[in-house]
Amino acid sequence: MPDQLLQQLVDGLLIGLMYSLVAIGLTLIWGVMNIVNFAHGEFLMLGMFTSFWLFTLYGIDPIFSIPICFVGMFIMGTLIYRFIVSKVMKGPMLAQLVVTFGVSIFISNLAVFFWTPDFRLLPATMLQGTWQVGGITLSVPKVAASVGSIIASVCVLIFMTRTITGKAILATEMDRDAALLMGINTERINSLSFGIGTALVGVAGAFLSTYYYIYPQVGGLFGTIAFCVVALGGFGSIEGAFIAGILVGLAQTLGGFFFDPSYKYAIVFSIYLITIWIRPKGLLGW
Amino acid sequence: MTSRSFVRVLSAALSLLLILVCSVAAQTPPKVIKIGAVYPLTGNIASTGLDCKRGVDLAVDIINGKYDLDLPLAKTAGLPNLGGAKIEIVYADTKGDPRNGMSEAERLITSEKVVAMIGAYQSAVTKTASQITERLKIPYVCSDSSSPTLTDRGYKYFYRVSPHDDIFARDQFQFLKDLEKKTGQKVQTVAVLYENTEFGSQAGKAYKRFAAEFGYKVVADITYSANATDVTSEVSKLIVSKPDVLMHASYITDAILFTKTFKEKGFQPKGILTMAGYIEPGYLDAIKADGNYVIVRSTFALDLGKNKPLVTKVNTLFKKKYGIDMSENAARSFMAPFVVADAINRAKSTDPEAMVKALNETNITGNQVLYPWQGIKFDPQSHQNIYARGTLVQVLNQEYITVWPFDAASKPVVWPFPEWKGRK
Repeated sequence: MPDQLLQQLVDGLLIGLMYSLVAIGLTLIWGVMNIVNFAHGEFLMLGMFTSFWLFTLYGIDPIFSIPICFVGMFIMGTLIYRFIVSKVMKGPMLAQLVVTFGVSIFISNLAVFFWTPDFRLLPATMLQGTWQVGGITLSVPKVAASVGSIIASVCVLIFMTRTITGKAILATEMDRDAALLMGINTERINSLSFGIGTALVGVAGAFLSTYYYIYPQVGGLFGTIAFCVVALGGFGSIEGAFIAGILVGLAQTLGGFFFDPSYKYAIVFSIYLITIWIRPKGLLGW
Repeated sequence: MTSRSFVRVLSAALSLLLILVCSVAAQTPPKVIKIGAVYPLTGNIASTGLDCKRGVDLAVDIINGKYDLDLPLAKTAGLPNLGGAKIEIVYADTKGDPRNGMSEAERLITSEKVVAMIGAYQSAVTKTASQITERLKIPYVCSDSSSPTLTDRGYKYFYRVSPHDDIFARDQFQFLKDLEKKTGQKVQTVAVLYENTEFGSQAGKAYKRFAAEFGYKVVADITYSANATDVTSEVSKLIVSKPDVLMHASYITDAILFTKTFKEKGFQPKGILTMAGYIEPGYLDAIKADGNYVIVRSTFALDLGKNKPLVTKVNTLFKKKYGIDMSENAARSFMAPFVVADAINRAKSTDPEAMVKALNETNITGNQVLYPWQGIKFDPQSHQNIYARGTLVQVLNQEYITVWPFDAASKPVVWPFPEWKGRK
């Protein structure tokens, strides 16, 4: 039993770090612009497909396609912001809500059109197999994704707190009008954060593609959990999303193992409900 | 042009027109009979829905055209008793959601004026869609949903061609008994794993009931959400319970996820007996060799063609049209249009009551169905096809091979389940 407990803790941590990586991009966009990006799951799917096609067509291992995903998705995110999202930023609340939803439906159906709704798995990549450490089984791709998630989170934190641009993003997040008065080009910050948020989820997609099946609707599953993670961690808080992701992962595996697997999402969402009941801003929100 | 030659040309043109008009009038345009089909064409299991659609479309080609096949209405173009009327399928997308199933069924009947309904693959969707057809008095012939409750409701307008999960679950335990008798290997415990919507929970119930009836001990009873992003805790529970055999009722996404997790965690029962998800065409495409040795319930496999040439002939047509082999889903959905068309043809009308009467009298013989059955004949109470039965196929070298009933098997079953470690 101690072995099993340890195994569940490790599994929970591994899946939790994946959730963190998916959620960080979402919380950034949410925090800066106050809009809910419903297309976040679809961006994850695009990241997965990018990694899949780079491997299938050009034999580029997912580990090397991560930078390509980052740059490609950054450009795409910026373009989507410039040409679609920024147009409705001044519009009514409802328009802002609906626009990313429309983008999400458009992208997932476009993916069905081009790539068919079939399920795909990457064959053996460099991240493959399992390690046995004591009585614990560790999946190599999941460990890699977790390490990637930690590195990405630390990088984002350093960027946000140590660079002028990062500080400008934080300032915009805290008070848009004050930031504008201080001479920060908030429109540029918006587009930058949308780009970074999208790029981060693209990286998550590249990692996820090494062990998860890929199909046009895969984003929906992770999108829902990412929303829960962001709200639990506190809107806009990078550290919050990081911790909340791990919490959700642990709640899911431990709850699933020690109670009933059919209740594991109920446990996750109860923790979320209790947290926002006691602390509506989430764990680390302000 | 002189006035005489003008008259000549004019009269020639007029007579030509007259001939055209007469020939069109003599050949009364064949009526088109609209049948509604609800399938998940987008959403989580869109690949399955499109696969079912392929089967239905091929069936319609065969009914509307002339084919030398031993299938109902294949040899004639259209429905002979209705002046060669053609069948047209009007599809509606359920997105895999029972609520859409309901609203789309209603839309098909009220605005598209369909006279019968087929589909919806997912039992939960078939359940709600058939509530609408029952209320609006439109016959519904289902050949791809397997929840037993669908035919337990005693609906007047609902018919099912394919076997249901009680039959399938019973088959799997019968297989274990047969296997023990044949090889002397003992199986004592089973773990039951099933997704938590209509299909899975009914299949799980059936598994547990027959486990008790056949004298096997259920050491784990696990239900989960088919939309799960991660199933490590489920698989850990299975490993701790150490079952001889795993029985799993799943859809496709969860089948892929579980197989990957079984391998990752080294879950090693003597056999994995499954339903549904593991036989969808996307499954082996995605999972490749890791799917080997899994056993799935089935109504159809290409190797049945050895004893039944019809299977090979239909598959040839299928391959010509779509470039891929016919899957079990396509093969199951394939039969419903024939049953509907056959009933309309015998009823000589699309009046619902006349169709119900004809459906009750359906008697399609064994050589006219694509599966190893005695034929199609509906139980007067439940409207379940009394001849429907299942087979078991095992994935061997990434192909579905019939392994049970042992007399219909084309290869012997591989038992116990080979270790993950030694495999590539």
